[in-house]
Amino acid sequence: MYKYDQYDQQMVDTRVEEFRDQVRRRLDGSLTEDQFRPLRLQNGLYLQLHAYMLRVAVPYGTLNSQQMTLLGDIADKYDRGYGHFTTRQNIQYNWIKLEETPDILADLATVEMHAIQTSGNCIRNISSDQYAGAAADEIVDPRPYAELLRQWSSFHPEFLTLPRKFKIAVIASETDRAAMKLHDIGIQMVRNAAGEIGARFFVGGGMGRTPMIGPMIRDFVPLDQLVTYCEACLRVYNRYGRRDNKYKARIKILVHELGKDEYTRQVEEEFAHLLTQDIEPPLAELERIKAHFVDPPFEAGASDDLDLSDPDFRLWVERNCAPHKQAGYIVATVSLKPVGGIPGDATSDQIRLMAKLARDYSFDELRVTHAQNIVFPHVRKADLYAVWKALDEAGLGTANLDMVGDIIACPGLDYCSLANARSIPVAQKISERFGSAEKQAEIGELKLKISGCINACGHHHAGHIGILGVDKKGTENYQLLFGGSEGADTSLGQITGPGFDEEGIVAAVETTTNVYLRERQQGERFLDTYRRIGMAPFKEALYG
Amino acid sequence: MKIVTGNDLKTGAVVWWDGEGWSKYVNSAADVGAGGEAIIAREEGARRVFAAYVIDGERNADGVRPSHIKERIRALGPTVRMDLSLKPGDPDASNWVI
Ligand code: SF4
Repeated sequence: MYKYDQYDQQMVDTRVEEFRDQVRRRLDGSLTEDQFRPLRLQNGLYLQLHAYMLRVAVPYGTLNSQQMTLLGDIADKYDRGYGHFTTRQNIQYNWIKLEETPDILADLATVEMHAIQTSGNCIRNISSDQYAGAAADEIVDPRPYAELLRQWSSFHPEFLTLPRKFKIAVIASETDRAAMKLHDIGIQMVRNAAGEIGARFFVGGGMGRTPMIGPMIRDFVPLDQLVTYCEACLRVYNRYGRRDNKYKARIKILVHELGKDEYTRQVEEEFAHLLTQDIEPPLAELERIKAHFVDPPFEAGASDDLDLSDPDFRLWVERNCAPHKQAGYIVATVSLKPVGGIPGDATSDQIRLMAKLARDYSFDELRVTHAQNIVFPHVRKADLYAVWKALDEAGLGTANLDMVGDIIACPGLDYCSLANARSIPVAQKISERFGSAEKQAEIGELKLKISGCINACGHHHAGHIGILGVDKKGTENYQLLFGGSEGADTSLGQITGPGFDEEGIVAAVETTTNVYLRERQQGERFLDTYRRIGMAPFKEALYG
Repeated sequence: MKIVTGNDLKTGAVVWWDGEGWSKYVNSAADVGAGGEAIIAREEGARRVFAAYVIDGERNADGVRPSHIKERIRALGPTVRMDLSLKPGDPDASNWVI
């Protein structure tokens, strides 16, 4: 895992003291709220429905046990005993006091964490594949490249006031586990015919009001030009992105309006110019970063045997575990979606337990996933039963990864000041109705995602089934979408028709799965059946 | 009725103007008539609250009820965590919110 050097630490420490002074000046009246608001947002401090909310960055979703333990301690010391893991692989606290925020940031800095650039029109936390460094199917660990871009984008003076926020994802396998094509820039690390590693660039994807799948604009950028190419993409956007209209200000609109070819031409022109400016960090810097991401000391010859005689454990292994690149090891996902629970929420005790298990059984590493779960990336198969037992006793042993109970849901109107409707109660009701092991086994893989407004933090466009909360004359209403996907086969969901009330949307999901169960062919997931038979049979059942 | 609500500057807590000061309880909210903006200007200037605004509501037999669901949720707390609401022991506390 990356360790801060003196510059990283100094930047973060200095920022804490700067913010402490800004808070002091806000409280003594030297700063008005209008003056203070952008300053607090630059430090991840929002105002939400009930209180201040602090969003803490988890770079590319990677944490060590010390950091995770502190996240649990912060929940107790400064909040109400829980945290919410987000679809951006971050964590949010919902009940923060302004006067305590500098102390929280100071605590975070002691474990090399911060809340910088988790808000505002800047380059946000870089996301990545939660299985990075462990996945059997990756060509390289994507995190060193994400870290290089984190360093490039942190406090980048040219890109702190972009037309809108900017999100980058970096992956390194064909199986896209990070919704890469739905980011402002999606980068896939690839190998070319000569066997060299480079970066494939997808630019102009996104969800929100105008969902778009990012088109590929460059098949291969050599490693010694990676930062320069990113800089060129951002420069064209910064120059021509729509600052006149907030709803048209994301790069996806620019790419769409210019057309992929014209945007690419401008990027290539800027890129050629930037190459003459020699802005790329030396490859030695990338090598220095890479040295932080070497494999942990795996036990050679570790056994691949797993005793699956406990049926609950067997189910969890089948559902929640993925192949590891190292024989004798496995990748395990902890579902934060117990039946009827709040997606992504974990208590301080659960957070600390996951930290301890990671320390003892996963080479001190955890990952936050964009699906609001936690991953132990490197578990020895011989230890897996002990890990699951401990998780299960703490209410963390749910076997439902990528099943209908593994719902992504944004905070919605229970917490979010931008929301139109509540997301969490809908998720809870669906989870209760479909969450039994038998029902989930019957339905199979079904990714269901819920957003409380068009901003799409709950990725509803990318759900096999998506649900979008809207305001219908002051009451909550829910639109239903089918056919979204965020993987290698990225597609955007289509709205079925008129919306439903809260009870109606749960019933509509049941109607939908009934059609699927009736129509599916051997081996088909819901998404496959939908893609084969189209919307009509579902519409007929839903609307008659 | 017209109600003024905002957030406590230091704690961020949701508060309601009760005619003399700020209360955590929506039932204490006063009808400010046309005087809301003046209250907001004075109270924000004194740094007692921030992000304050005027909303519609009504007073019925049970208490003061903001018109919009968002404000009713603000008044009580997250509907999914009644243990964190202002009435954690009352299972019926959220009946009027939705
Ligand atoms: S999708 Fe809307 S309601 Fe949900 S968290 Fe994002 S902004 Fe809030």
